[in-house]
Amino acid sequence: MTNMFTVLDLLDLDLKEHNELNLRCLCGRSGLANPIKEQDLNRPGLTLSGFFDGFQYNRIQVFGKGEAAYLKKLVAEGTLDSIKKFFEFKIPCCAFTTNLQPEKEFLDFAEEAGVPVLITDLNSSEFSRRLIRALNSIFADKKVVHATLVEVFGIGILLKGASGIGKSETALELIERGHRLIADDAVELSCVNGNLIIGRGVNDIAGHHMEIRGLGIINISHLFGVGAIRDSKQVQLVVELEEWDSNKVYDRLGSNETTIDYLGVGVPVVTMPIKPGRNIPIIIETAAMNERLKKLGYYSAREFNQNVLKWLEGQNARAAYYDKNNLK
Amino acid sequence: MQTQDVTIKNRAGIHARPAALIVQTANEFECEIYLEKDNNSINAKSIMGIITLGAAYNSVVNVKTEGTDEEAALKAIVKLFENRFEED
Repeated sequence: MTNMFTVLDLLDLDLKEHNELNLRCLCGRSGLANPIKEQDLNRPGLTLSGFFDGFQYNRIQVFGKGEAAYLKKLVAEGTLDSIKKFFEFKIPCCAFTTNLQPEKEFLDFAEEAGVPVLITDLNSSEFSRRLIRALNSIFADKKVVHATLVEVFGIGILLKGASGIGKSETALELIERGHRLIADDAVELSCVNGNLIIGRGVNDIAGHHMEIRGLGIINISHLFGVGAIRDSKQVQLVVELEEWDSNKVYDRLGSNETTIDYLGVGVPVVTMPIKPGRNIPIIIETAAMNERLKKLGYYSAREFNQNVLKWLEGQNARAAYYDKNNLK
Repeated sequence: MQTQDVTIKNRAGIHARPAALIVQTANEFECEIYLEKDNNSINAKSIMGIITLGAAYNSVVNVKTEGTDEEAALKAIVKLFENRFEED
């Protein structure tokens, strides 16, 4: 990644509600540009007691009640050697939880070493959970694709296709029909947990704006209300729009599942030929509902074929029975 | 495939008007045109895509063209950047 994630970026993270980190910077502002390269945390209890082997210094150092109490004891006893040695390592930043105020001596060392000391009102376990969650999404594999992401009946659908094929127009009609826009034209995909693809807008500036040829740039949240937008959504289906090619064979049954690979995760894909008179948004709505059925374990095409097979077998048995008893 | 680095020389960076100019020019060509910045590669035929690049003054963008008329396309796009999108 060329874009480094720094301590300042950590403080600037715009997380909401149950994701908020509530961090403030106490001192060491000169180190706000320190890069954070590891997505794990370290509890430096053992290190402070003087054991430096295997010290994970390049991680964010989290000080909870135990560590803070130990610091207090060290300062009270006047044994500051381990704190001094602690700051000789290239630490990205320290974070104190539960609003624990660090000792002045500790802050002096941090200031001198250029290590930012942050403080939060969350307790250690909650803070660790939130921080790991945030770092996971920051360090996740990312990729920007030229597509439009909409949520239809709760299913995240990525609309792909060549420029000018009508992705935005299709999305606009879906929004008009009560569905939601996540991002238009440029969608940032990130791989979470190694098996989920989450899509969101590339940045907040362009978020929920759309370019419609002939109209220009429009703001979806202002035009259709906040109910028509969403910040991020898992990509559960990819719809590839393409010009109708009479030489190409399109899936007529829907019984074989094809997937497309994004960041190592296979996402179901359907290819949708466009032709005047085909109402694409309604077909996409239907595809979304069909996808939900599949998630519930019902595969329309497969189930239908099983019924056909059963019926044919019945007919067969009937014919055999008639044959045998000369009932014809 | 043709590729070239360009520096944004107009003060305001790539805002709506330059983006529209790039898209207009890109659409005159058959080939695929991509702009790349900070590992983000976007299609030069999409306005919103170009704006989301956040290409500010003095930042470097890599132009990549691929297809039948790639040479002419690259030349035309690079020229837009060099002319500062006819701004300041």
